[in-house]
Amino acid sequence: MTSIQLRQVSKHFGNTEIIPPLDLEIGDGEFVVFVGPSGCGKSTLLRLIAGLEDVSSGQILIDQEDVTTTSAARRGLAMVFQSYALYPHMSVRRNIAFPLKMAGLDQAEIDRKVEQAARTLNLTDHLDRKPGQLSGGQRQRVAIGRAIVREPRGFLFDEPLSNLDAALRVNMRIELTELHQQLGTTMVYVTHDQVEAMTMADRIFVLQSGRVEQAGSPMELYNKPRNTFVAGFIGSPKMNLLVGSAAGQFGAATLGVRPEDLVVSTTEGRWQGTVGVCEQLGPESILYVHVGQLAAEPITVRVRGADQFRHGDPIYMTPVEDKLHRFDAAGSRIA
Amino acid sequence: MPPSSVHRIRFGFTALAWLAGLMLFLPILWTVITSFKTEADAVASPPLILDFTWTTENYREVQQRSDYPLHFANSVIISLGSTALGLLIAIPAAWAMAFSPTSRTRNLLMWMLSTKMLPSVGVLIPIYLGFRKLGLLDTRIGLVGVLMLVNLPIIVWMLYAYFKEIPRDILEAARMDGASLWNEILHVLLPVAVPGIASTLLLNVILAWNESFWTLNLTAAGAAPLTAFIASYSSPEGLFYAKLSAASTMAIAPILVLGWFSQKQLVRGLTFGAVK
Repeated sequence: MTSIQLRQVSKHFGNTEIIPPLDLEIGDGEFVVFVGPSGCGKSTLLRLIAGLEDVSSGQILIDQEDVTTTSAARRGLAMVFQSYALYPHMSVRRNIAFPLKMAGLDQAEIDRKVEQAARTLNLTDHLDRKPGQLSGGQRQRVAIGRAIVREPRGFLFDEPLSNLDAALRVNMRIELTELHQQLGTTMVYVTHDQVEAMTMADRIFVLQSGRVEQAGSPMELYNKPRNTFVAGFIGSPKMNLLVGSAAGQFGAATLGVRPEDLVVSTTEGRWQGTVGVCEQLGPESILYVHVGQLAAEPITVRVRGADQFRHGDPIYMTPVEDKLHRFDAAGSRIA
Repeated sequence: MPPSSVHRIRFGFTALAWLAGLMLFLPILWTVITSFKTEADAVASPPLILDFTWTTENYREVQQRSDYPLHFANSVIISLGSTALGLLIAIPAAWAMAFSPTSRTRNLLMWMLSTKMLPSVGVLIPIYLGFRKLGLLDTRIGLVGVLMLVNLPIIVWMLYAYFKEIPRDILEAARMDGASLWNEILHVLLPVAVPGIASTLLLNVILAWNESFWTLNLTAAGAAPLTAFIASYSSPEGLFYAKLSAASTMAIAPILVLGWFSQKQLVRGLTFGAVK
């Protein structure tokens, strides 16, 4: 049963305000993802929760208990770092055992728990190796093992998958989601990768300049982005954001159209353009269409199948009316 | 650049390095050779290189006249003691500066180093008088203290450079794993920094072993280390080059052996942080 609350928490480094006063609540057992571009303050926020940074003002509560001045060691949270942060001089066994040793458990209990964690994470054969002898994925598993072994109140993940290759990242993503389902422990996860956020989160906090731009379930953010920043950040490929007359026709200052919400035709449609780059992904293709006066940037279109269009082909596109996102001049969502 | 000229340049530099090495080693070699000459051969002109009567008489005489084991023991105690005490103070200091730097850290480090720029003789009188008042003249404990202070800036600097290279993450991970500050330093920082601490220790033992200004000025007989033992064979009693050389050889031999076996560690220590 672990809830985390931030009340008017702010952080300055010297005169630079990294996080303006912020309220935030993470429910028991929730998988929450902080996502945002680099420098948005997401890692700082995580480190404030962890206790690795002191807050400049405000309160942090874990299970209603004020831990603002409690040291990281006593907050009962476990953290997985981007760099894995394994102890290079210790074997995998000793790495995983370290938090248990610090908690003062007896050796038999430590051995039992380490073996169990190693089994869960497929590390049994590597227990006597040093971190330097492991692959990136194995190191990440050790880091996770070290975190789960002492059954913490909550887990904090600081971009844990960024150093892994693409295939491994997908695997670990699934493993982490499964781990969350299995343990049911509160998890706070920081990433700049919106795909990770979308696939893993119960709730996403989109951050920019230390502010929460929007918080909600992945589909809420996808279907109803509150402003143009969230609209542009969530979704891959990115939402097309059109300004000027194209948006004006629909009564908006900025018009957002997701690449899959455009009906394409070779003969007729609302907007006309020429196919620039065509990325074929197998079941679908991503087209980058040059539309001349309508927009400076090419419009991204997602189409089914692979061989429909080639570079230089003329193309017509019509946005699906009820899937449009309208934003006012300040960038906020209209209705 | 074609491979042949790379080879030529490499050869040139290697030759130059050998030359520099030989020039540095020559005085030591000359001292060792002289220690095996008679006093007459030692001052012969032109100097005798190898064609003299080799004798170990000087070594016998030096041992009869002086208490070599006492000076040796003093040197060991003073150099190890001052280094150990220095490490004890420098480890927390370097830890704080490397992992929790403030805007003043840089200046503080520079200030510490700047104390090394002051000629030692500049503070001899206050320290001498202080030592006299405290009854520390000619005591090992006094020398341990003063040599620790003399070398402390270097110890802090070296450790600081090492600690800077240790990823901060692993210390934070230890904190997240529930380690107290003490456990974080004991179980994570120190084991990871062992190579750095070892080379700092070695270098400072050597510096303290060879330190002669303070050891000569603050000791008489009881606490005098090997540097004072060498000095006792110089000038006032006349020319005793051969005995002086024998004493020097006996004084530097232990540290030379130590340096020889730990040269890898030492070179690493001296160049650490220079190349990333």
